[in-house]
Amino acid sequence: MSTDFSQDFFALFGLTPNFHLDPLALETAYHDLQTRVHPDKFAHLPDADKRVSMQWATRINEAYRTLKSPLARAQYLLHLRGVDTATESNTTMPSEFLIEQMEWREAVDEARVAEDADELEKLLLRLKHQYAAAIEEIERDLDKSHDYPAAAAAVRRLMFVEKLQHDLLDAIESLES
Amino acid sequence: MALLQIAEPGMSTEPHQHRLAVGIDLGTTNSLVATVRNGIAVCINDDEGRALLPSIVHYRSDGITELGWAAQGAQSRDPRNTIVSVKRFMGRGLKDVTHVESMPYDFVDAEGMVRLRTAQGVKSPVEISADILKILRTRAEASLGGELAGAVITVPAYFDDAQRQATKDAATLAGLNVLRLLNEPTAAAIAYGLDNSAEGVYAVFDLGGGTFDISILRLSRGVFEVLATNGNAALGGDDFDHRLFCWVLDNADIAPPSLQDARRLLLKARYAKEHLSANTDATINTRLDSGERVELTIARDTFVDITRNLVGKTLAPTRKALRDAGLEPSDVKGVVMVGGATRMPHIQRAIGEFFGQEPLNNLDPDKVVALGAAIQANVLAGNRRADDDWLLLDVIPLSLGLETMGGLTEKVIVRNSTIPIAKAQEFTTYKDGQTAMAFHVVQGERELVSDCRSLARFELRGIPPMVAGAARIRVTFQVDADGLLSVAAREMSSGIEASVTVKPSYGLTDDEIAGMLRSSIDHATDDMQARALREHQVEAHRLIEATEAALVEDGNLLDAAERAAITGLLDNLRRLAAGRDAKSLAAAVAEANRATTEFAARRMNQSVRRAIAGQKLDEIKI
Repeated sequence: MSTDFSQDFFALFGLTPNFHLDPLALETAYHDLQTRVHPDKFAHLPDADKRVSMQWATRINEAYRTLKSPLARAQYLLHLRGVDTATESNTTMPSEFLIEQMEWREAVDEARVAEDADELEKLLLRLKHQYAAAIEEIERDLDKSHDYPAAAAAVRRLMFVEKLQHDLLDAIESLES
Repeated sequence: MALLQIAEPGMSTEPHQHRLAVGIDLGTTNSLVATVRNGIAVCINDDEGRALLPSIVHYRSDGITELGWAAQGAQSRDPRNTIVSVKRFMGRGLKDVTHVESMPYDFVDAEGMVRLRTAQGVKSPVEISADILKILRTRAEASLGGELAGAVITVPAYFDDAQRQATKDAATLAGLNVLRLLNEPTAAAIAYGLDNSAEGVYAVFDLGGGTFDISILRLSRGVFEVLATNGNAALGGDDFDHRLFCWVLDNADIAPPSLQDARRLLLKARYAKEHLSANTDATINTRLDSGERVELTIARDTFVDITRNLVGKTLAPTRKALRDAGLEPSDVKGVVMVGGATRMPHIQRAIGEFFGQEPLNNLDPDKVVALGAAIQANVLAGNRRADDDWLLLDVIPLSLGLETMGGLTEKVIVRNSTIPIAKAQEFTTYKDGQTAMAFHVVQGERELVSDCRSLARFELRGIPPMVAGAARIRVTFQVDADGLLSVAAREMSSGIEASVTVKPSYGLTDDEIAGMLRSSIDHATDDMQARALREHQVEAHRLIEATEAALVEDGNLLDAAERAAITGLLDNLRRLAAGRDAKSLAAAVAEANRATTEFAARRMNQSVRRAIAGQKLDEIKI
């Protein structure tokens, strides 16, 4: 079957392959494409059309999800540039970052055990600053200096921040219920 | 003088046919059917002008089945054979059902889904639901004057895969062509949003008889995008009745009641609950079969007190849904209230306080879901008008994953992902020379497999023997627009391919459903064959019509030989559709579907290319 999935996700949405992107342009293009391919538009048509529609709608959802999330977008851009960030190895990470990681973990665990909701919220706020800093650096490395190894390192930092954010939210959630 | 009309070559000479389509709200307490008439969504009433059909089925020992209003009186007379709130059992095992101890039914615990032993034999919740759907289908066909082309059936957004599949099976069993399973809060959002030209972030708070959903949607320029959904598939008005019923037992000086008396008191509790929505106290006054008399007055404040934690149970999912959407309560522009249970003033108050605004109550909370489903059904059936160009993007409510070593869940698709979605994950062998692998598909958010819902188990065999860790087995999860999952696994590293596709179906296989269809009394064998032939004919005509329209529009995407091949197949299809050979017709339909897939793919490629070109044009304009 010749369903043409050759365009990369940026091309699919008519966007320039940069880390920085206009969220509104992405959303508009996403809605425009789904309006053309979504299974709801083909429900009254034969199975062949339904099948093709589901494949496309699935791909466009994947593309949107990838480009919408800064972390996934950075990883995808690096993948297009031939740099793989999926490996979870920390061997290349500077030791001060590893120590910092450990300190964060300890702080979160302590607050969780103490059921200290205020402390968890405070940590979440501090983490938001880290998040913003990592995003800024990724944008610089990818769009301006084109320093992909540096970008990959920043992406790995962002992966850690997101994971921690997730754990913090889980901890806050379990205190609430 | 009127000119004679001649159709364009290849175009159907028939004017566009309006296809009969309905939306069905298959509710815990009540069910409804609605349709779009002259552009307006309306409920289809019964002969006595009632839109609601109580979701009650009475299987009488004389073989007669009573439904809806007719079965209502049998609840306390013959509780064991009068099934209410069957939705609570859909896709559920006995251990998943709450308050089993106070239910009057004779449960049979079966693999996958619980069954009920009645005076007419053992019934699956799917069969019981199908009986309700059949009545609604008959009502709709009588009112609309023809056979239905299809139906949209609503399900709670928080229904898992097993519950969705069970609902779809029930519809199939009732002889309905399911156009889509639609999430109830989303249906309400469509009805509300289109009616009010709403834009912005809305929350739909849907507390029905037995299920609770909270959905956060963004409405912008004709797109209904569900950002997050959460809920509790076993929480509803029934639970408030049950609390009040327990309060009565605690406060009335009576012996443990019989099944009949318990059902009578439960009904009285429900009426008292409804009375308390408009009054500050309610009286429960009844004489039991045992001869005892119950006379109690409950103040609204007491009722609020004894149901406080039920209200609390709706707030935690609401918080989670907002968090998943990345929003604060103040970001929400309006809160749409759906479901009869939202009439309780203390629910209204709690939600109002949470969101810091008065909830929207300007639609009928009982009907809005069916009306939204009707609007969606009308569009899906192909009756779309130019101004119907809206789009719905919904999500999967619960994460889907696989069991890995140590009984842990590996999530493959996370909750609140927009559907349709596909995701692949690679696994490898644990032992040298391992040639088979067992997969266990689960749904839920918890880390331990034992805390999640088990959906299906399957095995992949024929893996070529290799050292441990060398095989690459790719497992692909695909969730379609109905929110239903299918899973495929294949071995990638060798040239040999072994693959298997699983469609979980929880207790009812396709064969079983076909068997039930065959055995149901109103489907004699001749009927079945006639029905099958008619279905294939409809499908054949749909294929011919759609393909001919496509040839007119995009015929340039085919070379002469390809075009001739397709035209030949269509001619064959037309010939067979006029005959009575269902088997040959089915084969021809399948062949034509295969042969036109390439054409469909090329047309879609072109459509996407045009969209991208349009975006580039927009960019230049800016």
